[in-house]
Amino acid sequence: MLSAAAVPRLGPDRDPRSDPEAMAALVARAQAGDDKAFEELVTATHAETYTLARRLTGSDDDARDVVQEAYLRAYRSIGRFRGEARFTTWMYRITANCASTYVGKRRKHRHDELVDDLTVIDTRPDLDPVAQADAADLRGRVVAALDLLPPKLRAVVVLRDVYDLSHEAIAAELGISESAAKVRLHRARRKLKDHLFPAREGGGAGDEGEDPS
Amino acid sequence: MSTSCLDLGDQLAASGGDPGALDRAARRHVQGCLRCQADLVQHRRVLRALRSLREDVLVPAPGLVTEVLAHIEEAGERHAIRSLLTGRRAAYIGGLAAATAAAGAAGAVVLVTRTRSRRLPLAG
Repeated sequence: MLSAAAVPRLGPDRDPRSDPEAMAALVARAQAGDDKAFEELVTATHAETYTLARRLTGSDDDARDVVQEAYLRAYRSIGRFRGEARFTTWMYRITANCASTYVGKRRKHRHDELVDDLTVIDTRPDLDPVAQADAADLRGRVVAALDLLPPKLRAVVVLRDVYDLSHEAIAAELGISESAAKVRLHRARRKLKDHLFPAREGGGAGDEGEDPS
Repeated sequence: MSTSCLDLGDQLAASGGDPGALDRAARRHVQGCLRCQADLVQHRRVLRALRSLREDVLVPAPGLVTEVLAHIEEAGERHAIRSLLTGRRAAYIGGLAAATAAAGAAGAVVLVTRTRSRRLPLAG
């Protein structure tokens, strides 16, 4: 049985976060039924899993629930982990699946999030050209803009562009087709770009512009 | 065939700001269109910012590991209780079936015995 009270500490020279062999050894022990090894895996990877869950749900509380569910699923199916990908990548996929289920359930109770085409709020960053020029600031604004995206679009762009998951894996975990995943990715990228770099008044002339050739 | 900026929206997004990912017609349009060039640069900047987020690890509020382990433990207990109940249910149904079979057999024995005892005087 797992003991929530006492979480074992890892040796400083065998930190699974930076040592793939140590991680693989922990996974092998966990697969053999060693609950302490699974606890160590949770300790080593929970911050990364939480980060993904937070980005997918847009809420701290929801992220904690998703993380709990993700590790429960991982615990139950650790025997089926074949080690073809890294343990963290496997956890990303489980977390994506849990978050998708969780957000789907939550939306049934929150009608304000039912609309897929939720308009991204324009905070008019173009009014501050200094901030716009600042790459570090852009990063912060990207994080804020991600939170404003509809959950379906946010999930795809986070999994693809931040965590580099394949379209195939994203489609499998979100229960959609690969082509739907690609369409959502393009829409999410366009919404992010339009939010971060809003078109200036009267600057839409190029919309009608045709290739002269 | 001419290409408009509107037609290129999805292609520019799909390229992630990489002109090499565009088809020939789109590349030719972008070369002559300042607006699409700007869009391409903006997509590239957004994608770069998104990729840089991969290095960020948010620190959860304390207690998450404990919550995770407690959740697994609790689920394990629920599973054990469910297994126990399932086992008891099976035993209960099995017992009922056995009792019904025994009662049927006893009834048959009584019936046969009574039939024989009624025939005996007639035989004498």
